[in-house]
Amino acid sequence: MTIEDIAALRDSRAWLPPLLLLLALSCLFPAVSYAQTRNTCIECHSLLDPPLRVTQEDFSQDIHSQKGLTCAACHGGDPTSDDPNVAMGRAAGFRGKIEHNRVPEVCAKCHSDVAYMRQFNPSLRTDQLSQYRTSVHGRRLAQGDARVAVCTDCHGLHNIRPASDSRSRVHPLNVAETCARCHADSQYMKSYGIPTDQYAKYKASVHHEALVVRGDLSAPTCTTCHGNHGATPPGVASVEFVCSTCHAFQAQLFDQSPHKDAFTAMSLPGCVTCHENHRIVHPTDALLATNENSLCGRCHSSGDPGFEGAQTMHAGLARLQAAMEKSDEVLGQAERSGMEVSQARLAESQARDALTKARVTIHSFTPARVAADVQEGLKVSHATLEAGMQALAERDYRRKGLGITVFAIIVVLIGLWLWIREIESKKGSA
Amino acid sequence: MGVFRGIHDWLDERFGWAELTAVLKKKTVPVHRFSYWYFLGGMTLFLFVLQVLTGILLLLYYRPTSSGAFESVSYIMTQVKFGWLVRSIHSWGANLMIGMAFAHMFSVLFLKSYRKPRELTWVSGMVLLLLALGFGFSGYLLPWNTLAFFATTVGTDIAGQIPAIGHWLLVFLRGGDQVTGATLTRFFGFHVAVLPGLATLFLLLHLLLVQRFGISVPPRIEAEWEAQPQKRRELHFFPNFLLREMMAWYIALGVLGALAALLPWGLGTKADPFAPAPAGIKPEWYFLFMFQTLKWIPAKIWFFDGELLGVLGFGVAGLLWLLLPFFDKGPSHRISRWVTGIGIFMLFYVLSMTVVGYIAK
Amino acid sequence: MQTEKSDGPAPREAGAGPTRRRLIGFILGGGLIASAASFLYPLLRYLLPPPSADLGSDTVVAGKIGELKPNSGKIFAFGSRPALLVLTAEGEYRALSATCTHLNCTVQYRTDLREVWCACHNGLYDLNGRNISGPPPRPLQQYDVHVRGDEIIVSQSRGA
Repeated sequence: MTIEDIAALRDSRAWLPPLLLLLALSCLFPAVSYAQTRNTCIECHSLLDPPLRVTQEDFSQDIHSQKGLTCAACHGGDPTSDDPNVAMGRAAGFRGKIEHNRVPEVCAKCHSDVAYMRQFNPSLRTDQLSQYRTSVHGRRLAQGDARVAVCTDCHGLHNIRPASDSRSRVHPLNVAETCARCHADSQYMKSYGIPTDQYAKYKASVHHEALVVRGDLSAPTCTTCHGNHGATPPGVASVEFVCSTCHAFQAQLFDQSPHKDAFTAMSLPGCVTCHENHRIVHPTDALLATNENSLCGRCHSSGDPGFEGAQTMHAGLARLQAAMEKSDEVLGQAERSGMEVSQARLAESQARDALTKARVTIHSFTPARVAADVQEGLKVSHATLEAGMQALAERDYRRKGLGITVFAIIVVLIGLWLWIREIESKKGSA
Repeated sequence: MGVFRGIHDWLDERFGWAELTAVLKKKTVPVHRFSYWYFLGGMTLFLFVLQVLTGILLLLYYRPTSSGAFESVSYIMTQVKFGWLVRSIHSWGANLMIGMAFAHMFSVLFLKSYRKPRELTWVSGMVLLLLALGFGFSGYLLPWNTLAFFATTVGTDIAGQIPAIGHWLLVFLRGGDQVTGATLTRFFGFHVAVLPGLATLFLLLHLLLVQRFGISVPPRIEAEWEAQPQKRRELHFFPNFLLREMMAWYIALGVLGALAALLPWGLGTKADPFAPAPAGIKPEWYFLFMFQTLKWIPAKIWFFDGELLGVLGFGVAGLLWLLLPFFDKGPSHRISRWVTGIGIFMLFYVLSMTVVGYIAK
Repeated sequence: MQTEKSDGPAPREAGAGPTRRRLIGFILGGGLIASAASFLYPLLRYLLPPPSADLGSDTVVAGKIGELKPNSGKIFAFGSRPALLVLTAEGEYRALSATCTHLNCTVQYRTDLREVWCACHNGLYDLNGRNISGPPPRPLQQYDVHVRGDEIIVSQSRGA
C-alpha cells in the first residue's frame, strides 16, 4: 500500500456510503426470508408448557406444515404478527382451541373441498366427512357424545403423517394399536356395553401375525373389515361378504353349501360363527371333530346327516394326513441310508397342496367333494410312498450286490494268499 | 499256455521283450520289519488309476455348466444305472487317495528314503502331492452344490491373500472376481486336462526314478545288514511282491465298494450364488489343518496381518519340506535327528488340527 | 512278510503238488472271474444311457400337442417347481411359474375369467404373469415356450 492509498482510505466519503448500503441491505435479508417462514405462533407456543406446547420440531413433521400451511389454516389468527393480541385477535379470525365435537367440520373445510385438495394430491379421497357421519363414531357425535373418536384422535394433532408413512398412527401396521387406545380401555368403554377384548383377540390371530409380524400389508387390520372413516361393525348379513373379499373361494363354496340357508334362517353370520371374528386362529382339523366340545356338535347330534358328514370329512383328512406322514417316514429312512429321493420329496409338496385344498373344500360341507380332493392327495402320497419303498428296495439290492462282490473279493484274496504261499514254499525268494 | 508263448515270442522278435522282462525280473524289494510301508506308494498309484477310470466314466454324463452340473450329477446318482456306484467310488476314492498320498509321504520321511540319490524322487513326489490336492480342490466344485460353492469361495479368497500375485491368482483361479459358472468351467478344465497331463508327466518321472534307484532301505536296517550280511532278505517284485500288492488292491476295491453302497456320497442342494453363506463353511478334510490354523492365528501379529503371515508361513514350510533332501544328507548329520523330530511334530500337528477343524463349529 | 525257507511248510507227497496247484488255480481263477464280473456288470450297464434324457434345469417337456384344449391350462413340473401351461382361446401357448408370489400357493387357470387365479386369497394374474388384483405383490415369472414336433418345450427365459 502506498501513502496515497492510506490517505484515500482515511477519506470516509469513499467507503462509508457503500458500507451503510450493505448494512441496510443485510438487515432486509433476514426480514425477507423470515417473512416467508415466520410462524410467530410456534415461536411463542414452543416455549410454553403442555398442553399449549407445540414445537417447531413437532410441527415440521406434520404433512400440513410440509405443504406450506401454518397454524392459521385450522386455528385462524395471524402467524406473522409478534403481538399476541393481533396474532390471536378476533380480527384475524382466531378460533383458539377447536372444540372436540367441531373437529370433523374444521378438517372437512379443506379435506371435503375437491377443488382445494386437487392442488395438493388429486388422488386423495374427499368423502371422509360424509363417511364419518355414517359411522358409529359419527352418529354418536351427532347425538352429542363427546367421548367418541374424531379426526385428531386417530390421525394425531400437530404431527399428522400421511397414512403411507410407517410412523403414522393410521399406517396399516399401527391401526389396531390406535383403535385399541379406546377400544381396549375397559374403564373408558364402560358405558357403551361392548367388549374391550378385540385387540387382545386380534393379536392372537393369523391376520395380526401376517400383518405386524411378517409385514404382509395385504393382511387385514381393524379398518379393513370395519371401514376406517365409516367405521361400523359389519352386520350379520354382510360378514361373509367382508371375508370373501380375500377368501373368495371359501365363500363361494359356503354359498353352495347347505349351511348358507340354514345360517340365514337362524340369523347366524357366515364365517365367524365357526372362525370367530377377532381371534381368528389357524384352523385345525379338530374343528371338524364331533365330540361334545366341538363346533359341529353345537348344532348337530349323533345320527343326523350333518354329524355323519362331519365325521366322514374328518376321517378323510385324517387318512390323508396319515398317508403323508407314512410317506415322509419312509422317505426319511431312505434318505438316512444315503439314497437319493429329492424328486419324491418335491412331489410331497403336491400332497400338501391337496390337503390344503381339501381343507378349503370343507366349506362346501359336502363330503363327496372333500373326498374327491382327499383322493387326489392320497394318489400323490401313495406315489411318494412307493418311491420311498423303491429307494429302500434299491438300497437292499445294492447291499446284496456288495455282499456278492465282497464274497468274490475274499475268494480272490484267499486264492492269492494260497498262491503266494505255494510259489514261495517251492521257489523261495532271492 | 501255448498262446502266451506264441505272443511272447512274437513280441520278443520285434521289441526284445525277453530283454525287458529280464530287467524287470531282477527287480527286488527289501524285506524287513518296516517293509509293509512299501505298499503305500503302489496303493496311491492304484487309487489314482481308479480315479482316472471312474472319472472318465463320469465324463460320459457330466455337464460342466452352472445350469447343468448339479442336474447332471443328480442324474448320474438317480437315473444312470450304477451311476451312484461310479460317483461314490470317485468321491470316496479321491479322499482315500489323498490320505494314502500323505501316509506315503510321511512313511518315506520317517524311513529316510528321500536321501541321496533319491532327492528328485522326493521332489517329484511332493509335486504329485500338490497336484493331488489340486485335483481334490478342483473336483470338489464340480457338483456345483452349496457346500462346494462356498468352500471354493473361501479357498480362493485365501489364495488371494498371497502378497504381490494374490489378486492375479484369485482372478485366474475364479475366471473372474467372483465364483461363477466361469469358475466351474475353468476348474473342470484343470481337473480333466491340465492336472491329469501334469500328473502323468510327474508320475512317469517318479516311477522311472523309483525303478532306476530301486527301493531304498532305512539307514538303521542298512547298518544291521552291513554288520550281518546273512540277515539281508529280498523279495522278487515279479511275481511275489506284486501278488501281495494285488491283495492290497483288492482289499481297497472292497473297501471302496462298501463305502459306496453303505455310505453313498451326498449331493446336497444346488449352489445359489445370491444366497448368504451357510454357517460353518469348511473345506475338505485334507485342507482342514491349514484352514484351522488360519482361524486360530490372531488377526494381527505385531503390525502384520495374521492371515497373510499364516499363508506365507505355510508357503515357507512347504518350500522347506520340498527341499528336505538337500538339507538332510546322511545319518550322522545332526539335521537328520531334527528332521525326524519335525516330521513327528508335523504329523501330530496335521492330525490334531484336522480333528479340531472337523469338530469345531 | 513271507521269506524264503529252504524247507517247505511240511513234507508233501509227490502228486499232491499239482493237485494243490490246480485247486489254488481254481479258487484264484474263479474268484478273479467272479470279481471281474461284479466289476464289469455295473460298468456295462452304466455305459448304456437311461431312457429319460437329462435336459438340465432350465428346459422341460411340458406336454404334447393335443393334450390341452383351447382356453385351458395344466400344471407341470419345471425342475423342482410347479409351473402352469396355458393354451389360450386364440391358440397361443403360455407358460408361467405357478407359485403365487403372495404365500406360495399353487395358482390355476380360470377358464371363465381367462386369467390366472390363486384360490388361497383371491389373487389374480393376467396371462403375462402380471399381478392385477388381490394380495400378490409381484408378477409370476414367465417362461419361453417352443413347439418341437409334437412336444411342447418350456425353458427359462433368456435375457429376461
